[in-house]
Amino acid sequence: MNNDLSQALQAEVAEALTHKQTLAIIGGNSKRFLQPANADKTIHLADHKGIIDYQPSELYITARAGTPLDEIEALLAQHNQILGSEPPHFSHCSNKATLGGAIACGFSGSRRPFSGSLRDHVLGVKILNGQGQILSFGGQVMKNVAGFDVSRLMVGARGTLGAVLEITLKVIPKPEVETTLRFDCLLQYAPQRMADLARMSLPLSAMAWLEGAVFIRLQGTAQVVRNAQLKISGDEILNSPQFWLGLREHTHPFFHSKQPLWRLSVPPATPLTMPENEVFVDWCGGLHWWHTDKLAAEVNNMANQAEGYVYLFRDIQPVTGPQPPKALLPLHQQLKKAFDPYGVFNPGIMGVSS
Amino acid sequence: MASSKTTRDRLITHLKKILPKESLLHETEAMQPFECDGLSAYRQLPALVCLPDTVEHIQAIMRICHELQVPVVPRGAGTGLSGGALPNSDGVLLVLSKLNHILDIDTQNFCARIEPGVRNLALSDAARPLGLYYAPDPSSQFACTIGGNVAENSGGVHCLKYGLTVHNVLGLKIVTPEGELLTLGGKTLDSPGYDLLALLCGSEGLLGIVVEITVKLLPCPEFAQVILAVFDDVAKAGLAVSNIISAGIIPAGLEMMDQVVIQAVEGFVHANFPKAARAILLCEMDGATLEVTEQIQRVEKIMFDSGAIEVRTAKDEAERALFWKSRKSAFTALGRLSPDYYCMDGTIPRRSLPEVLTRIAELSREFNLTVANVFHAGDGNLHPLILYDVNRENELEKVEQLGKRILDLCVSVGGTITGEHGVGIEKLDGMCMQFKPLELTQFLTIKTAFDPHKLLNPGKALPTLHRCAEFGGMHVHKGQLSFPELERY
Repeated sequence: MNNDLSQALQAEVAEALTHKQTLAIIGGNSKRFLQPANADKTIHLADHKGIIDYQPSELYITARAGTPLDEIEALLAQHNQILGSEPPHFSHCSNKATLGGAIACGFSGSRRPFSGSLRDHVLGVKILNGQGQILSFGGQVMKNVAGFDVSRLMVGARGTLGAVLEITLKVIPKPEVETTLRFDCLLQYAPQRMADLARMSLPLSAMAWLEGAVFIRLQGTAQVVRNAQLKISGDEILNSPQFWLGLREHTHPFFHSKQPLWRLSVPPATPLTMPENEVFVDWCGGLHWWHTDKLAAEVNNMANQAEGYVYLFRDIQPVTGPQPPKALLPLHQQLKKAFDPYGVFNPGIMGVSS
Repeated sequence: MASSKTTRDRLITHLKKILPKESLLHETEAMQPFECDGLSAYRQLPALVCLPDTVEHIQAIMRICHELQVPVVPRGAGTGLSGGALPNSDGVLLVLSKLNHILDIDTQNFCARIEPGVRNLALSDAARPLGLYYAPDPSSQFACTIGGNVAENSGGVHCLKYGLTVHNVLGLKIVTPEGELLTLGGKTLDSPGYDLLALLCGSEGLLGIVVEITVKLLPCPEFAQVILAVFDDVAKAGLAVSNIISAGIIPAGLEMMDQVVIQAVEGFVHANFPKAARAILLCEMDGATLEVTEQIQRVEKIMFDSGAIEVRTAKDEAERALFWKSRKSAFTALGRLSPDYYCMDGTIPRRSLPEVLTRIAELSREFNLTVANVFHAGDGNLHPLILYDVNRENELEKVEQLGKRILDLCVSVGGTITGEHGVGIEKLDGMCMQFKPLELTQFLTIKTAFDPHKLLNPGKALPTLHRCAEFGGMHVHKGQLSFPELERY
């Protein structure tokens, strides 16, 4: 499963530059709910794959962009390790999420408030920029302050600054056991309840709210988790891993709704008033998944008032995804020019072009 | 031109109109205290010093400097060790220490909004009564400012578990070279668009002036406990480090000292270390009491299994403080041992610890210079200290040669030339060792995206392609750091 296409991909970019063509980057095509770039040609990263280096005792893994996420997770599991941000796959049928796609989208799962976001775990990257140059940034070590942090800049840039060829990620030990407790709680009181729980020195790794209850996941050694359970009340739910997987992958029945799905990122303690049956709250209150037919202006208004931001995450038609704030758009354009001066990659995505 | 007297005069005239008298220094005597940062071997007087106390003043200063095309060097407390805040002779030194207010400690959202001149420790001191603290803890935390921490992406002893500054910053307000105020992120756990926060952290004042910071605060851990393990062989201690991490334990801190350091420290703290001690590991765990107790037992066993000849667990808070004192007094103790030392700051993968330490010992013999190793072993961040005497002929030259060989070694095993001190002016040539011309060019284009006229901290952090020969370091004479009261570790 080892396949290095760096040279061929570089040649594709060189050709695009010669013919003044634009390229849309596609990995596993799992995030098809996001609009692809409207480009002259497609450059495929899925076959550029393979795990290059994995050192369990060093807590890092290096893999090519096209490596399926599930392959990486399976290898880590053999060594009792996990990806610290639990990035969602959104894989379906043969469209398997790749590492490169995860990096480009920059989504993080329920562990985000406790062990950091996907970008927090990025240690280094190799990229192919818009001039067809292959560049390496960062490395395998956590403490590294030489040069600008280009590695983390690539996370969530959705391929507009270049194609990410290789990624080195920090990995974390897999907790021995997990259990999830359920507490009855109205949506309006959920932020307070979660903040109180977060203060209690519990081995927390996720907190969510759904249908009149707060759900908290405890992870650690058996004794530590048992001890934490004794400290707080709450009903243990039956299938903890399945609950959190359903939230991460949007396979939970909540997400079966045909209404548009909005993604609201707000300061975690913000009490939001929305119908309780329309929302699934993750990230200790910091992330709201909201199925609603409300108009964009209304949803935006709510996010602005909460000093957060919102975008349409999934709809019948593919969506544009998050856009940079207007005030920062000029800086985005300048950075785009710095990496991709001829505007080869993913034109128009995130509203940037060269 | 900025260098001409008329530009300086015009600058002063313009600035006098907007700044209170005490916020503008232009007499040589008044500017003297600002001529260097923690890397005191390099000194330079700026054209003038501005000490604004409002964001509006900063914006106004930037607009004027932009109009007159005058370079601006930002500075916090000036504790940096790589010369990042060394003034520019034609430029304004923008000192941000007066903006030192904590604007908001938000106990519900676990964050704080602060001005850049707030001292690192002052924030934790203010948050602790509310049950919260700020995790990054560089050794200069008593004096250094959080604005400076953002510029350098500072780490500290606890970053193995809690991350660097970049992992603990949620939002920034920056002023552009044109004087525009921009908001990046906020109190949310992510923000749309490019990750400009990541780019700003560690940008050493080259991309914007940080005027407000929103940082993450953590609940204070219920309990902390530290183990001190003694080894008769450095390689065994290096192995223990790997074994702890491999066992799935992430300590809050994991520090190592070699024989040279142990002997220097023993004379200082009288901890009765065994004579056979060749390496000491300090391993701290924090969290819920039971969790810490469990981990301490596991780490004790791993230490013995890895060949420790003695393992001590602190019985109480006083003993925990004593263990840490042995580590924190290392630089001071070494300063007494030798007239001068040169402190390096490379990071290597943990697995290379035994190999690199052996190789450093060989180089030490080859150059006939003592090298002491005291460092953040858990994340492979080495601080080799080369002991020397500046009064001996050609010794400084030899030291710099040896330093270069050590950094070469760090890069060759997959590490980096700077783990936490930054590039500044000190490691410009090290950047050429670590990066190829294409990467360096990409860095320069990023710089241009933010600062097209190259007015922000010019000449720092990024070497020009044709100039990669310079080499310097944190040289300390007679144990005299420019912040002698700070324990450096």
